[in-house]
Formats: sequence, structure tokens, C-alpha cells
Amino acid sequence: MKRRHFLRSSLGAGLAAGTFMSLGSYEKVLAGKPLPQGANYDLVAVMGGEPAAMFDIGIQALGGIGSFVSKGQKVLVKPNIGWDVLPEKGANTNPALVKRVIEHCFKAGAKEVYVFDNTCDNWIKCYENSGIQRAVKDAGGKMVPGNSESYYQEITIPNGKKLTTTKVHQLVLESDVFINVPILKHHSSTRMTAAMKNMMGVVWDRGYWHANNLHQCIADYALYSKKPQLNIIDAYNVMMRNGPRGVSKEDISNMKSLIISTDWVAADAAAAKMMNLDPQQIDYIPIAAGMGIGKMDLSTMNIHRIKM
Amino acid sequence: MRSVVLRHIRIVFSFIVLLLLSFLFIDFRGMVPEKAFGPLLYLQFIPSMLKFVIAGVATATGFVIILILTVLSGRTYCSFLCPLGILQDVISRTGGFVKRRFRKYAYKKPYTILRYFILALTAGILLIGGVYVLTILDPYSIFGRLMTYFVKPAAIFLNNQVAGILGKFDIYTLYKIDIKPFELAVYAVPAAFLMLIGFLSFRYGRLYCNTVCPVGTFLGFLSKISLFRIRFDEENCNRCGRCAMSCKSSCIDFLNKHVDISRCVNCFNCLEACHEKAMSYGVVRFRSSVEPAKPDASRRSFIAGSLLMIAGSSHIIRAQNSTTPVPTKDSTVKEDRLYPVSPPGSAGLSAYTSRCTACSLCVSACPTSVLQPSVSEFGFAGIMQPRMDFHRGFCNYECTLCTDICPTGAIMPLMLEAKKLTRIGKAVFIKDNCIVATEKTACGACSEHCPTKACAMIPYEGNLLIPEVIDDICIGCGACEHACPTKPYKAIFVDGNPLHEVAKKPETKKMEAAPADFPF
Repeated sequence: MKRRHFLRSSLGAGLAAGTFMSLGSYEKVLAGKPLPQGANYDLVAVMGGEPAAMFDIGIQALGGIGSFVSKGQKVLVKPNIGWDVLPEKGANTNPALVKRVIEHCFKAGAKEVYVFDNTCDNWIKCYENSGIQRAVKDAGGKMVPGNSESYYQEITIPNGKKLTTTKVHQLVLESDVFINVPILKHHSSTRMTAAMKNMMGVVWDRGYWHANNLHQCIADYALYSKKPQLNIIDAYNVMMRNGPRGVSKEDISNMKSLIISTDWVAADAAAAKMMNLDPQQIDYIPIAAGMGIGKMDLSTMNIHRIKM
Repeated sequence: MRSVVLRHIRIVFSFIVLLLLSFLFIDFRGMVPEKAFGPLLYLQFIPSMLKFVIAGVATATGFVIILILTVLSGRTYCSFLCPLGILQDVISRTGGFVKRRFRKYAYKKPYTILRYFILALTAGILLIGGVYVLTILDPYSIFGRLMTYFVKPAAIFLNNQVAGILGKFDIYTLYKIDIKPFELAVYAVPAAFLMLIGFLSFRYGRLYCNTVCPVGTFLGFLSKISLFRIRFDEENCNRCGRCAMSCKSSCIDFLNKHVDISRCVNCFNCLEACHEKAMSYGVVRFRSSVEPAKPDASRRSFIAGSLLMIAGSSHIIRAQNSTTPVPTKDSTVKEDRLYPVSPPGSAGLSAYTSRCTACSLCVSACPTSVLQPSVSEFGFAGIMQPRMDFHRGFCNYECTLCTDICPTGAIMPLMLEAKKLTRIGKAVFIKDNCIVATEKTACGACSEHCPTKACAMIPYEGNLLIPEVIDDICIGCGACEHACPTKPYKAIFVDGNPLHEVAKKPETKKMEAAPADFPF
């Protein structure tokens, strides 16, 4: 069964890749409307390619970024840029992936693409040394500071259990489309960080989350109405221990994978599996699933697996 | 030389020096490259001397050049290179614009006893082994503090206004920076000097330099044997007094055609003021005998100025309203810190406190604001010397900026790899304050920030993990303490190492191969 499944998905991937290449230029594909083969996938998982190429194929399976971004819209792309470390250490989202996501947005007609993070280390060094500032500039996007409290505005989360008000970056409120591009890695607090936990970088005071039931706060924030339309989890270089900052390159497993989903609970559940963890063990995943934010049972999902 | 060009050269040169040195301190975007600090501060007298004599850095020879320059030319340093002196010239000039009569000076008797008493006190205490009086009185350091504690916040405030406007137009080339006020007591020292020096220079030119400043007095003493100096060409002089009126140092006794060379700062204003070509700057000529006349003994109360010095402090920046919600319970166990923490590269507390003049350059340049001026942490005598304040920030693992720029040798250069193993303190975990223990909910903010994972998470009740400190790889960077969300006391804090140590390198082990297929 499993093998058959695998063959089928490989065939699908091959077909997708083949179609993709037969179209000649990728600009054509990007500008195009959703392709007919785009079934309603809960989750698309890609393995075996470089970050940009994996995204090209993965997003195609969801009908291209045009399904999420329309002409003239302002897009917020939120990678994880939390640490002042070099890209190969896998503590920040892969800059090549961020760059490609932005390029896709512009091809789909986005008016402007913004990128920021409320970093843990000094933000200027993080922006610079993560390689993301360079990538964003090269793609024509705009790097926005997130270092001052004055950039953040108070919002309410009416159904939150622990987190009912918090200050979020104004870009979350002002942009038309919100694309979450976290990196998957080990995390000393929550065992794993990926999609939902990446929102700790759009709020001003994450200390409050830590002090007031971290897992519940992460799930509570996922109730907030301005949530990402798309979650793209970078699992190219995955930090398996000593996260979220990492101690050495030895902490990295070169998984060459990518997970894309509109459902961030599903995306996080799949991400947990990638790290050999039971999603049930990462408290915020079952809490979020229990609150109806998304699905966490991978066995009942329509997953599109692509191997390159 | 009678040329008025000298004065113009002085003005242009000193203005450039002032701009450059001000920018070093105000540079809130970190635009000045690390390599530029050394050359720009090379000629600052006290920092260079301390670096050479106390820290033993053989290349810090700037002060020797100043000594030679003084013996040759007099107190050129005070007008051309001392940022505080130049700043006073700017203030004096402003004073002259505000009230015309402030522009007119007159010869005054020197406060000889006071000047030499202050010099002797500074030198005496320095010899006994304390840099303390120098910390307060070194003109470069006073200048640095004025810039760091008053001018820089004002510059950031302006920046924020402009950045706010630009931000509305989607332009982020300027960005806002939150202004975090220092502890109130920290402002007392720079505020007192701002008032004292501001008042004296506004009204009386270089009175501060010729009365209080130990460097001014010392170089003045030395310039008594200087080769070049301002002199009267007696045949031409008609005793009109214009020179004395233009003299910021009030050191020209025109009636007796005498210049008090120990107070002359080579500003060359008199050269331009003299219409009779009776003043010149050149090789010394000794006159036969002239009794300096009894000076016009208008006893200006110096005490009035000194009193101002104590007249309180100004808290320029107001604290921002903190919107931080309070965690569920207050932490209960006080952080029991035995020693303050000195920055990496300072080797330890006693070496550090005996070399630092609290110029605050590191405070200003530190990208994480972990370096904060101390109040009483190093003892009262060490007031203003920067300490590592982990409630404010933490030491960036990848940064050695303070070690590269310190002009006095209090913080010596460290290679990045050495810095990463320099243990400036060690983390102490207080379980009874920890969220995981008190609330039974996950936290781990400390471990999250730890760059060596000396702060590790180990299994606790149920699915919970709780911090544990692995001493030998902890370097005391304070990331754990900074990130810890408990209030008012932290659940993990760094206790200083009186002598810095070398930490062990964190162990690494090989990673197993990545999975070949999706696990779902």
C-alpha cells in the first residue's frame, strides 16, 4: 500500500515536474492560472531539491501563488530571522526560499512585498547575517524594521484562553496577504518550532507568552483573524538539537524538504513528524487542533508528496 | 607668524575633529567601521596614556606625540584635538551671539592654587592605583558622556520623528529606535558637568580648562617651556587691549604686554584681533624684566559654578509606558549577585575598574545595550564605569565591538573565537522563581537564547522540561537572564567572575543521516 502510494506520488511529482519544464519558462507558469491537476490538497510536501526549485513545484500543486496573491495586493512574507547566525547553521529561514517566494508574489502581480521579524538577537545583525536582507532586496521586496515598540499595535483575540490582547506589527494589519515562511527546527522551549510558533516574531511582547502558558498562547494567537493565508515550512537544513539557536553545524540534518499548507496545524503536525516527534507531544498542536484551528491527524489528510 | 590664517586653520581643523568625535558617540546606526575608532582616538591624551602606561599597549603612543607637541607649540591639543575644549569654543561663541558682552573677555588672575590642587589630587590618586578622579575629570571622557547621555538620545529622538514621517510613505531607510532611559542616578555626573562647563564656557570662555581640567593644567605647566608661543612685538603695541578682549583664556595682560602661556590654548584669536601687528606666534623670546601687574581683582565667584554642579540632575528622556502585562505570579527569590559583570576583554574586575575612565564609548556603540553605566555596582568610586546589565540586554555571541574600540585599554581586543570562550560570569538557576516550577507550564526562554546550550532543558513533571545549567560551558553572556520572563526577580541570573575564566567548548556530535522519505 505504502509502496503503491509512493509510486503514485512519485509519478505525480514526475508529471508535475515534466509539465512544469515543458512549459519552458517558469515565468509563464507563475503568471498562469491554477493548473487543472491541482486537487484540493490539505498539504503539499516536497523532498530532494534545492529550496527554490522545491517551492516552484510545491506551490504549483496548490495552483500557483496566484491562488493567494492577486494583482495590486500588498503581501507580507514572514520568515524566521531570529538569530545572528549564518544561513548554513539553519537557525533562520533559508534566504533562497524567501527570495523565491517573493519573486512568485511579484509575478502574480503583488504591488509590494514586505519582510520583517521581531528578532531575538540584534535585529540589524540578524537581517544582515541571515542573508535574508540581501535576498529580499534582490527579489525587489522591502525589508521593514521590527525593532521599535512604536511599530506595533494592540489587537484583541476574543476567544483566546490566555492570550486575549497583544501588540502585533502594523504590517500584519496593513497587508492584504500574509505568507508565513518559517524554518523547521528543534526548540528548547516547545521541542519544535515551525508555522504557528513563528508568530512569536510578529508580536512585541513574547515574554508574556513565556510567562503565561506558552503552548496555550501559541494556540490562542492562531485564533487571531489576520492569520497567514499560506504556510511554507523550510525543512531544507533542519536543526535537530540545540535549537532554536543551534551550537554548531553538526546540529543540522540536511533534509532537503519543504512543507506547504494553508492549514498551519496540519503543517506543524507534518513538520513534527519530520523531526521524529509525535505531534501530540508538541502541546500547542493538539491544543490548536482542539480549538478547531486546523487538522492534526495526518492519516485523514489529502497529502500531496513530491520527490525530486 | 602673524598670519590670521592660523586662526582659520584652527577653526576648520577643530570643527572637523569635533564632528568626527561626536559622530563616533552619536552613531546610533553603527555606521562607523570598527577600524576607524582606533585612529580617531589615537591622539586623545588620557586614554592613550592609560592604555600605554597601565594596560601596557606599546602602540598607544598618541600621548607622547601630544607631549612633544606641547613642548614645541604649547597647548595646541586644547584647541585642536580636545573635543571638550572645542565644544566649549562652540558654546562660548554661542554665548557671544546671545549677549555681545559675553564676547568680550579680559585678563584675569589664574586660580593657581585650585588648578594645581586638582592636578595633584588626580595624579596622586592615579599613582596610588585609582583612576577614579580621572574618570570624573578626563576631558575626553566628559565629552563622551555628554554625547552618550544627552546628545545621542536627542539625535535618536529627531531620527524617530523623521523615520515616523518616512514610514508613512513606506520608506524605511530611517528606522525608529526605542529610547530607553538610563538609571536616573546615572545622569547626575554628566548633568553636573554639562551645567558647570556649559555655564562657564557660555560666559567665561576657557575658564573651566584653566581652572578644573587636570589635562589643561598639566599641559599648561609643560607649555611653560614651549618653543613656540604667542608673544608681543612691543614696538608695535599701543596697548589698545583688543587682544585681551578676544582671549577666551583671559590670559593676556596687555598692559604689561604679557601672555600667561600656561593658560594660552593657541586659539590664535588675538592674532586676528590685533590691528597693530603687535601679536605674533613664533619662537620664544625672553624679555628682560616685566613685573606682571596686579590683576584686576574682580573676584568672580567660582563657587557659584561649583554649586551648580551639585544642583541636581535632569532626566531628559521620559520612560516609555511599559505595556508589558504582568505574569501570573511575582517571583519571590532575590537574585543573589556577589559580583558585578565586567565586559569580555576586561580580564576581571580590578583590572577593568583601574583602567576605565567611563567615556561611555562602549555604552554608546554596544549593539545590544548590555553595557550600561554603573551607579554603585563597582563601588561609589567606580560610578559611570560600564557594567554588563542583563536586564537591559545580553552580550551578542558573535560580537567583539567593545573590545575593538575601547581607547583606554580597559577592554582589550579579543578575537571572536577567544571571546566565545571567555567566561565573564556564570549563570545561576533559581528554581523557585521559574515559570515551569511555579506555573507548571512550559517556558525555556533562557535555554532558547543560550548560544552554547550551557542552559539546557531536562525532563521535569509530565511533558514539561526545566532548565539546568552546565557550568563548564557557560560563558556568562546573560542571554538566559535577559530572556527570563519572571518579575521582579529573574529565575536565572549571571553572577560576575572577579577574574574572567576560559570556558570549555560545547561538545558536538555527528548528526545521523537525513530521512530518505516522508515520515507521514
